[in-house]
Amino acid sequence: MATRADWLLALPLLLPLLACAATAALQSHRDLQRGITAITAVGLLLASAALVAEVISQGVIASQMGDWPAPFGITLVADLFAASMVAITALMYAATALYARGDADVLDNEALWHPLLAALALGVGGAFLAGDLFNLYVWFEVMLIASFGLIVLGGGREQLDGAVKYAMLNLLATTVFLISVGMMFGLTGTLNLADMARRIPEIENQGAVAAVAFLMLAAFGAKAAVFPLFFWLPASYHTAIAPVAAIFAALLTKVGVYALIRIVTLLLPEGHAWVAPLMWFLAAGTMVVGVLGAAAHWEIRRILSFHIISQIGYMIVGIAIATPLALAGAVLYMLHHIVVKANLFLVAGVIRRAGGTFSLATLGGLWRRDPWLGLLFAIPALSLAGIPPLSGFWAKLFVLKSGFDAGWYVLAGIALATGILTLYSMLKIWMEAFWKEVPEGTPELPPITGATRWLLLAPVAGLGLVTITIGLWTEPFAAFALAAGEQLASREAYITAVMGVIRP
Amino acid sequence: MKTSFIMNASARYVLWACVLLSLFVLLRGHNEPGGGFIGGLIGALGFVFHALARGAGATRAVLRLQPLTWAGIGLLCGILAGLPAMLLFGEPFLTQQWLGTTPIGTTVLFDLGVYLVVLGFALAFVLPFMEA
Amino acid sequence: MEFLLALLFGVLLSAAIYLLMARSLARSILGLLLLGNAANIAIIASGRVLGWAPPLVAPGANALVADASNPLPQALVLTAIVISFGLTAYVMVLSWAVWRGKGTVDTEALRVAEPRGLPAADPRDAAEAETLAADLLPTRTGAR
Repeated sequence: MATRADWLLALPLLLPLLACAATAALQSHRDLQRGITAITAVGLLLASAALVAEVISQGVIASQMGDWPAPFGITLVADLFAASMVAITALMYAATALYARGDADVLDNEALWHPLLAALALGVGGAFLAGDLFNLYVWFEVMLIASFGLIVLGGGREQLDGAVKYAMLNLLATTVFLISVGMMFGLTGTLNLADMARRIPEIENQGAVAAVAFLMLAAFGAKAAVFPLFFWLPASYHTAIAPVAAIFAALLTKVGVYALIRIVTLLLPEGHAWVAPLMWFLAAGTMVVGVLGAAAHWEIRRILSFHIISQIGYMIVGIAIATPLALAGAVLYMLHHIVVKANLFLVAGVIRRAGGTFSLATLGGLWRRDPWLGLLFAIPALSLAGIPPLSGFWAKLFVLKSGFDAGWYVLAGIALATGILTLYSMLKIWMEAFWKEVPEGTPELPPITGATRWLLLAPVAGLGLVTITIGLWTEPFAAFALAAGEQLASREAYITAVMGVIRP
Repeated sequence: MKTSFIMNASARYVLWACVLLSLFVLLRGHNEPGGGFIGGLIGALGFVFHALARGAGATRAVLRLQPLTWAGIGLLCGILAGLPAMLLFGEPFLTQQWLGTTPIGTTVLFDLGVYLVVLGFALAFVLPFMEA
Repeated sequence: MEFLLALLFGVLLSAAIYLLMARSLARSILGLLLLGNAANIAIIASGRVLGWAPPLVAPGANALVADASNPLPQALVLTAIVISFGLTAYVMVLSWAVWRGKGTVDTEALRVAEPRGLPAADPRDAAEAETLAADLLPTRTGAR
C-alpha cells in the first residue's frame, strides 16, 4: 500500500475531486447529488482530522505525486498550519452544504451547486497543500473557476454586476502572480517552494528577488483584499446568495493570506528589511479602511464584507511582526475568523429569510419574533468584536501581545481601536435589525418553520459552538497555534520534509 | 437560423470527420505532439459546426448527455487513472502503470479524461450562446 | 533572442494595461488576454532560451539533443494557456450576459451592486439608494 502520508495528503483533494466529477456527471439526479455531497462532507471531515493528527504526531509530511522526486514533480506538503486550514475547509464545506439544503436560492440551482461547491473545496484544499509555486497557481485557478460559477448562481442582475468586478480583478491578480512565478523560476531555476527557499539566499542579486517577491505580494495582497487592493471585495461579495457569500467570506481571502504567510516565512526570511515596514503599513491601512467602511454602511452584507477586510488586517499584523508568537496569532486568527465570518454570513441569510431584506432601515423586531436567531447572531458578532470568552478574544490577545512584546505600540493601538469600532458595527446590526420596533410599511413575513428552520439554523449553531469551544477550552488550540507558529518561523522542517523524501 | 444547403448537408460528415481526427490527435499525443486538450478542442469544433448548421438542439441530441455530464465523466476517468497506483501498487497518486510492456497504461485513460473534460466544458460554454 | 522576448513582453504589457484602463468591458477583456500572453512570454524568457530543436527525445536516444529548447517553461505555458482559455471564455459569457441585461458594456454603468449615494449617513437614504439602483436600470429595448 501507499504510505500513510501519501494517502492522507491525497484524500483531502481526492474526495472533493471525486464529488465534483460524480455530481457533474449525475446532474439530473438531485437525490444522488445530495447523497454524494453529504458523504463527501463526512469523509472530508474525517480525512482532514486524520491529517491534522498525523502532522501533530509526525511533524511536516510530504508526498510526491506520480512518484516524481522533488524538486522535479508536484509535491504536496502539510505542516500544522496547512493541515489546520484543510480541516477548517472541510468544516466550511460541511456547514455550507447543510445550510444550502434549506436555502431557496440554492434549491433552484442544485444541479450546478454541488459540483461547484466541491470544486471550490478542491481548489482551496489544493492551494493549502501545494508545495510548488506553479501548482499553487493552478489551484488558485481551480478555486477561481469554481468561484466564478458560484458567484453568478441565482442569476440576478446585481450578481452579474458584482461578478464582472470580481472576475476582472481576480483574473488580473492571478496573471500578475503568473508573471511573478515565471520570473522567480528564472531567478532560482526551480518551482518547488522548499528548493526555492534553499536557493534564494545564494542568489547574488537580492534586489531582483525583492522585486519579484514584491510582485508576488501584490498578487496575493489583491487576493486577500489587503489595503490598497481591496475594492473588489465590497463590490461583489454582498451580491452572492447566502451560502456562497459565506464560503467565499470564509475561505477565499484566507487563501491569499495563507500564500502571503508562506511566501514571507519561506522565501523572505532574512535580509529583506523592507518587508516588515511594508506589512506594518498594509496592516494598519487594511484594518482602518475596513472598519471605517463597515461603520458607514447600513446593509448587513455590506457591513460584513467590509469587516472581512478589517479582520484581514489583524492577520497581516502577525506577518509584519513575524515572531513565532505573532505567526501563531495569525494562525489562530485565521482559524477563528473563518468560522465566525462564515457564521455571520449564514445568519445574514436567515435574517433575510425572516425579515425580507438585508437593509437595516427596513428590518426590525427580530428579537421579539425569533430570540433564538438573535442569540445565534450574538455569538459570532461578539466573537468578531473580540469579547471574552469567545474565540475572537484569544485571537486578538495573541496578536496584541506579540505586538506589545515586539514594541509595535502604534500598530497594537490601531488594532485595539479597530476592535472597538467592530463592536460598534455589530451593535448597529443588533440595534437596528433585532432590537428596534418593526418600521412602518415593512410587511410581516411568515416565520421560518419545520425542516427548513433546522437546516438553516443547525450549521449556524454548530459554528457558534465551535467559537464557544475555542473560547472556553482555549488551551489545546493555543498550544496548536504556538506549535504552528514555531514551525512557520523555523522553516527547516518544511524544507527537509520536502527535499528528503526521495524514494529508493 | 438560416444556413446554406451545403452546410446543412455536410454537417453530419464534418462532425464525424472532426471526431475521428480528434481521436487520432488524442492517441498520437502519446509520444508525439497532440493530446487530450488539442483533441478535445478539435472535437468541440466539429460539434460547434454541427450546431451552427442544424441548431444547438440537434447537437444536444447527438451528444445524448449534457455537456457538463461529459465533463464529469472525463474528470472521473482522470481520477480513475490515478487510483491504481495507490490502491494496488503502493505508489503515490497518479504514478503511471503499464499493461506489461505495452504502451497501454493509465496515461491513456488520463488523456481520455482530459479530452472529455475539454470537450464538455467547451460545449457547455458555446451551446447556450447558440440557443439564446 | 532574449532581448526580443523582453521587448515583446514590454510591448504586450503596456498594450494590456492601456486596454485594461478602458471603460468598455470588451476592451478590458482584450487587455486581460494580452496580459495573459505577456505572462507566457515572461515564463518562456525566464526559462532561458537554449535552442531551437523540439524538446523530444528521439527514438533510440537517451537524452535530448544538444540545442533542444527547455521543455519545462513550455509545459507551464501550455497549462497557463489552457487556464486562460477557460477563464476568458467565462468572462466573455459574463460580459455578454451583462450586455443582454443592460444593452451596454460600459463599466461606469455597472452600478447596481454599488449604487450612487452610498455610503449614506442615514439608513433610510441607504435603503433608498439601493432600491433606486435596482429599479432605474437602463434596460435595452427588445432585450429578452
